[in-house]
Amino acid sequence: MEQKGTWTVKKGFAEMFKNGVIMDVTTPEQARIAQEAGAVAVMALERIPADIRKEGGVARMASIKLIKEIISSVSIPVMAKVRIGHVAEARILESLGVDFVDESEVLTPADDRYHVDKHTFKVPFVCGARNLGEAARRIAEGAAMIRTKGEAGTGNVVEAVRHMRTVNEEIRRLRNTNDAELVNYGKEIGAPVEILGQVRDLGRLPVVNFAAGGIATPADAALMMLLGCDGVFVGSGIFKSKAPETMARAIVSAVMYFDKPEKLVEICEDVSEAMPGLDVGSLETRLQDRGA
Amino acid sequence: MQIGVLAVQGDIREHAYSLETLDHTPVFIREPEQLNDIQALVMPGGESTAMTVLMRRYCLWDALKESISNGLPVYGTCAGLVLLSRRVYNYPEQPTLRVLNVEVERNAYGSQADSFETSLKIKGLDDELFAFFIRAPIIRTWDNGVEILAEHGGTPVLVRQGNTFASSFHPELTHDLRIHKMFLESTVVRKTS
Repeated sequence: MEQKGTWTVKKGFAEMFKNGVIMDVTTPEQARIAQEAGAVAVMALERIPADIRKEGGVARMASIKLIKEIISSVSIPVMAKVRIGHVAEARILESLGVDFVDESEVLTPADDRYHVDKHTFKVPFVCGARNLGEAARRIAEGAAMIRTKGEAGTGNVVEAVRHMRTVNEEIRRLRNTNDAELVNYGKEIGAPVEILGQVRDLGRLPVVNFAAGGIATPADAALMMLLGCDGVFVGSGIFKSKAPETMARAIVSAVMYFDKPEKLVEICEDVSEAMPGLDVGSLETRLQDRGA
Repeated sequence: MQIGVLAVQGDIREHAYSLETLDHTPVFIREPEQLNDIQALVMPGGESTAMTVLMRRYCLWDALKESISNGLPVYGTCAGLVLLSRRVYNYPEQPTLRVLNVEVERNAYGSQADSFETSLKIKGLDDELFAFFIRAPIIRTWDNGVEILAEHGGTPVLVRQGNTFASSFHPELTHDLRIHKMFLESTVVRKTS
């Protein structure tokens, strides 16, 4: 008997992205560029985060037409974003045949209290997290993959680093707690005890954990891998750079050779100008504060 | 024994864990020269296009093809099967290593919502094996020299041709080590003992 949409099937799919790069694309042409550069998946969206930030307004799920065009233009998996808590957008994407859904703070939240109950879906979900509490809450809701929130559309890696460092620190602290302390720790960070127990025993999250939000260069990608990420999402960093094909190729290579500085020299030599960066302190909207 | 895991992209850690549990030393293969230091190789699941791009970019493609032609035992899972195959039916322009005489159809079961788990009867194993098919390929045609070790839905899902093994499912996602053990015992372990 075949069983579809089980927890292991969803979580196992995310394992296949590991040591890979997932790229934001807004056209079928960009999707093909991403695939040829070696992306493991593409994220279909109407506007990349840097433009969402600039143009403002309400950012929603991409149009069906665009997602369908992108699905038919590549053989690699296609992801798409839904607004936090927007169950209907999520059902539409699942029914459309999207391979993975990103319940994302980059879009304008639809529900200011609840996330989507992701256990009820056959399609797997990825969610952003700034710390272990957020990650554990999202996993408890059924997220099969976690990514740092970082600060999308800034080309500034500092927030992604902060979020990954925070999760790592908290996991180290968790490893030294006994069962009695675990409950209290769970209360402190607002995390379900069952998930924390799994994290403690594994020494890592029970699902794949990617970097996202501000990765703009091959060196940024290597940095996130050195911090222990399983792979990297690149949003604006590719198609807002001077030469997207070269940048895409270089970031893919940097994730493979993140711990080989001599290889990284060669890889970085190829790239020209990265996207323009923003100081996080000067931002009017901090996307990462959405959906805690 | 030193067993390589192709460490280009994919679920490398899970295969390394399976090999360690079987008391072998996993060697993470990212350079062509490393292929000389191993007795067998496992190719993980992941995206076959991404792996192909990187293997060609970093001189692993021809080196691996040569090693396999010279008898290096290899076991490919899912994307690994696609890379080993002779041809990809629905993406004929996708290059493959052409060392296993099968033709595959990629993502043949549909999108991720159609990925599934099921139990399989495996030739040579007493108990059924729990298997995960994730955006899996289907073997559409195969030559006479290809031995079918397991089937699902009327098509082969675990095959062997000499020292080359391939499956469209992922045994590394479970703690069941029997397929890795079968691969190593019927290729390298017996030869050296």
